[in-house]
Amino acid sequence: MLGAALNVVVRRPVAQRLVSFAVLTTSLAVAVATLIETISGDDVVASRLGGWPSNIAITLVADRLSAVMTVIALSVSAVVLLYAVGQRGVDKTSPVYHPVYLVLVAGISQAFYAGDLFNMFVAFELLLMASYVLMTLEARDEQVRSGATYVVLNVIESAVFLSALGLVFAATGTVSMAELPERLAALPDGVRTGINLLLLVAFGMKAAVFPLYFWLPDAYPAAPSSVTAVLAGLLTKVGAYAILRTETLLFPGGQSNLIMVIAGVTMIVGVVGAISHRNVKRILSFHIVSQIGYIVMGIGLATEAAIAATVFSLVHHILVKTSLFLVGGIVEHVTGESSFDKVGGMVHRSGFLGVLFLVPALSLAGLPPFSGFLAKFLLIREGLDEARWWLVGAAAVAGILTLVSMTQIWVGIFWGEVKPAVEPHVRGVLRQVPLMSTATIAIVIATLLVAAFAGPIHDFSMSAARVLLDPSIYIEAVRGS
Amino acid sequence: MSLTLTFLIGVLFASGTYLVLQRTMTRIIIGVGVLANGVNFLILAAGSRQGSAPIVGVEGEPTDPVPQALILTAIVIGFAVTAFLAALAWRLHGIEGSDVVEDDVEDRRNDRIRSVTDDTSGAPDHEDVRE
Repeated sequence: MLGAALNVVVRRPVAQRLVSFAVLTTSLAVAVATLIETISGDDVVASRLGGWPSNIAITLVADRLSAVMTVIALSVSAVVLLYAVGQRGVDKTSPVYHPVYLVLVAGISQAFYAGDLFNMFVAFELLLMASYVLMTLEARDEQVRSGATYVVLNVIESAVFLSALGLVFAATGTVSMAELPERLAALPDGVRTGINLLLLVAFGMKAAVFPLYFWLPDAYPAAPSSVTAVLAGLLTKVGAYAILRTETLLFPGGQSNLIMVIAGVTMIVGVVGAISHRNVKRILSFHIVSQIGYIVMGIGLATEAAIAATVFSLVHHILVKTSLFLVGGIVEHVTGESSFDKVGGMVHRSGFLGVLFLVPALSLAGLPPFSGFLAKFLLIREGLDEARWWLVGAAAVAGILTLVSMTQIWVGIFWGEVKPAVEPHVRGVLRQVPLMSTATIAIVIATLLVAAFAGPIHDFSMSAARVLLDPSIYIEAVRGS
Repeated sequence: MSLTLTFLIGVLFASGTYLVLQRTMTRIIIGVGVLANGVNFLILAAGSRQGSAPIVGVEGEPTDPVPQALILTAIVIGFAVTAFLAALAWRLHGIEGSDVVEDDVEDRRNDRIRSVTDDTSGAPDHEDVRE
């Protein structure tokens, strides 16, 4: 936030970039330190601002899930910022880009660390506001149109969240997430279910699950590609994180048929939508919806292994989705188009770019040995253990269709004759955009590292799941600190 | 918490929702404001009981300050979002000449395909995000 304020004052692009990167790296260092603390020290690190007792204090809480999400969010934001700087687009022309970007990252981090519902609400509003601005910054026609829809829909989501907040406070007398589990359990069943559903609707709109996902494929393709990458990679995951938090901490109740059904339908609907389009950004936006379905599937199954699979999927998907959008952005930047009819044969122009696409694409589709395979394998195995055949079937079908869609993109954009035609002496694609390429390569390597270090990451996810499924650890940490 | 207040909240939510579902940006913005007010009233009505001001030293039983804080924050946030929406509507007006929110790109494409009755090739137009 400090960086954002500084960036508003400092107007020259070079200085703005310096401030942004300095702030992001410092925050990343702090986040990594917190992560290490949650692994080696206490399971949950809590801090009550002002020292007030826990039911009225503003608490910042980091358990393994929050810590790892923040670390990934900050590192991805830093890398995408590098990409945006390389794109030489809005980041130079508008003095507002850098401050707003930092506000976005601040909101995301705060949402992960929020220890009470109202802090989370404020964080959501912060990052939503920043995303409204970033999405419409270039003020192109399509951006304004899609932006209007996006803003109105998110305003409705905020209204639902705030109503749920008000009702929670009225029913229990607190909004602190440490105090809520006990008090919510004491409520009559109907009231508790109602509040649960209301919160699910609010967070579901953010996470883009069925039937609340319609805004996503409309709004995301219109933004500049670096913005789409960060929004796609992170914002929906914040919604998914919120769902995970509410279902494990506030309403621990084991498996939920409703959530499982939602997950299954989301998976299928998202990928069917992806197949029916011919524009890369729109296809990838539909895939976000589908993959969120997988993540929510883990939440629905609610066993320790399933939650661990969810955590693993969150980590994997942020990286893979961001890298796919970045590659799509490079294609769009170099050729000026992103539709199948207008672009083709990219692999002939740059084989390496093809590789950069293939790695995350196959990972998304769930092919071994990539991280996507592990994430889906964990989820499906847990689904089989719990004998939810239809859910496993949906996951498998969605996986196959994802592969189909990725192949479509490959054939449409990367194979075939080179369109638009280029002179033979034009330099290689990647060398034209060095910063963007570096950023993309970095994230693709990160996805490979997730696959390579899957063992330790899975262990980490299992311990994160253990902490998540035992609310008392969280509660005691917040009360005691 | 009086019946009138509850009724008012219901009316605000209903009219706010109706307005937000309209076609014109102006109505949408008003609807957003009405909806936000409805939510704020909800917090007020559900969360606090009648009493005196929550300041130390005032006599009588003080009300709970927490919902008031929540509402204040929500009002400020709502104000900022409404301002941004108004700017967006202004820009939309500059582009379109009116502030009607257009159909989604997909719907427009499908309408176009449906209206082309003599298109025998079977291949629809492909104009996605960039028109």
